Amino acid sequence: MTAPILDANFALNVALLLMLVVLAFAVVRTRSLLAAILLLTVFSLVSATWLMVMDAADVAFTEAVVGAGISTIVALGAILLTRGEVVRVNWKRQVVPGLLAVIVGGMLIYAVSALPDFGDPASPANSHVGRSYLETTKHDIGAPNVVTAVLGSYRGFDTLGETVVIFAACIGVALMLGFGPRATLAPAVDTLGDHHVVLRVVAKLLIPLIILFALYVQFHGDLGAGGGFQAGVIMAVAIILHALVFGLRDTMAAVPARVARTVAVLGVVLYAGVGIVCIANGGGFLDYDYLFTPQVEAMIPPGLLGDPDHVHHWGQHFGILFIELGVLMTVAATMVTIFYGFAGRTVDAIEARART
Amino acid sequence: MNWLAAHFNYVVVVILMMAGLFIVFSTGNLIKRMIGLALFQTSTGLFYISLGKVSGATSAITLDATSVDGKALAAQLDPAYVERFGVDGVVYSNPLPHVLILTAIVVGVATLAVGLAIAVRVREAYGTVEADEIEALSRVTAEQAEPAP
Amino acid sequence: MVDALNWIGGGFIVAGALLSILGAAGVLRFPDVYTRIHAASLTDTGGATLMLFGMGLLGPFGLITLKLFLVWGFVMLTSPAASNALANAAYSSGHRPRIGNFQIVGDDEPEPSSKGAP
Repeated sequence: MTAPILDANFALNVALLLMLVVLAFAVVRTRSLLAAILLLTVFSLVSATWLMVMDAADVAFTEAVVGAGISTIVALGAILLTRGEVVRVNWKRQVVPGLLAVIVGGMLIYAVSALPDFGDPASPANSHVGRSYLETTKHDIGAPNVVTAVLGSYRGFDTLGETVVIFAACIGVALMLGFGPRATLAPAVDTLGDHHVVLRVVAKLLIPLIILFALYVQFHGDLGAGGGFQAGVIMAVAIILHALVFGLRDTMAAVPARVARTVAVLGVVLYAGVGIVCIANGGGFLDYDYLFTPQVEAMIPPGLLGDPDHVHHWGQHFGILFIELGVLMTVAATMVTIFYGFAGRTVDAIEARART
Repeated sequence: MNWLAAHFNYVVVVILMMAGLFIVFSTGNLIKRMIGLALFQTSTGLFYISLGKVSGATSAITLDATSVDGKALAAQLDPAYVERFGVDGVVYSNPLPHVLILTAIVVGVATLAVGLAIAVRVREAYGTVEADEIEALSRVTAEQAEPAP
Repeated sequence: MVDALNWIGGGFIVAGALLSILGAAGVLRFPDVYTRIHAASLTDTGGATLMLFGMGLLGPFGLITLKLFLVWGFVMLTSPAASNALANAAYSSGHRPRIGNFQIVGDDEPEPSSKGAP
């Protein structure tokens, strides 16, 4: 086993992990739920930085957007609806979990000694399958971003499963919290005068740019860090920003809840549909080499993309493009539906309280 | 000391996991439990990424070894190291854990939303999100539904 | 020449980091919500600007410099909006600025709150 190279990278790693430990203990100790949620947001941002130090560009991207964006909004919506601010602390209740944590933690740390050294390039995890993906991606798929190639092509079936899980969460939240506010929304009335003009102007400037950036991230997924998951969350964040600044009514007029649910379904259908087209053309499920029939492939000028004797790269590229589009649609629509569920319930709760 | 340098990441991951587990077990507040679960999920993600890191490597986005970036990266490392562990002249970090954790993060937030939606509905049904009170209330309701003979 | 640029860029990044630390110290030590917002905005304008400028000097001139400039533009656009939103929220929830001269209170004296005072 090779010892880790103790350089600036490793020092950064240690510093950021210590920050994460401090944040975790703060989340454990705090009694205010709002503080716990905001500390979790900071935890996500610091772990996104740590992920960049660990060379995980795609994952850092996703963690930053998801942890600092959607997760916070959903959790804040939840505490708004449950009006729980202070956690009850019962000292007797904490003794057994504390002992359990210490004992299990001790056993796990003892087990950790058997793991390969940190940063070992010859460890079993880094030697066999992972390394083979690095070696064969250029030949099989031709995309520079190996993570997208593995996610979209080599492990495309797993990603389909994940997309369906996200869609199931969309249905779950929609069934539990409703499809939007049941009360008709009054137009947003600014009782404080025009105090929000700065936010409105900046939001008007930024929302189209955020959507454009989401599309950029989507289509550059196989060239650099990016892909369907990050793009979907960024697009949903743009729509949620619109709702926060301009009011839920205008946003639901622009992106109705029904449209969001339909788009989520269409995303999964598109993803599975690509797989079925591959079967229809003679290959396996999600085998993108068979996405295009030989007649279509004959029309492509050789050498236009990548190796001249690897015309099937077109199939791989378009296959990954279509499934990433499916992922974008499902993820964005799911996040928007979840937000509508929480926000709609908030509006109903306020209306109910105003009526009583 | 050498052991600590080689296993520091994993020890921290265990500490974070135990912090999340402690929150889930020690508190009765449903929302705080979901927060603890989210902490637990993030720490397992950290574990996988730590496994996939290769010292001195770069992100798994294929670089040309003859380009400016590729040469700068190779200049920082021992040539024998690059020769043995590099692919086409550049050392990359293992991309497989990144793939697994990328989808896990988005699925994690989706399941967090489902859990919080359940907590909201529980609050509407029982008027509280503390597990002890919910248990007491549901026992009262059960006793009222079936009067003792 | 490249070496000199590296040193100057590194100097700017360190200066930006120091300003960020100052901003954080201000958030912890200032007595009032509004002064704390002011200190926090120092992290974005002073800290991020200097660090991005330093990174621009360090990297090769080209697409990266343009991207860093765009990042700086977005930070400059959103950070004042965030400070405005914070101050707005503080005002509409009842906090009023503490006016008059006062000292940073010690640990044994109770801190007067800024809530509701005219």
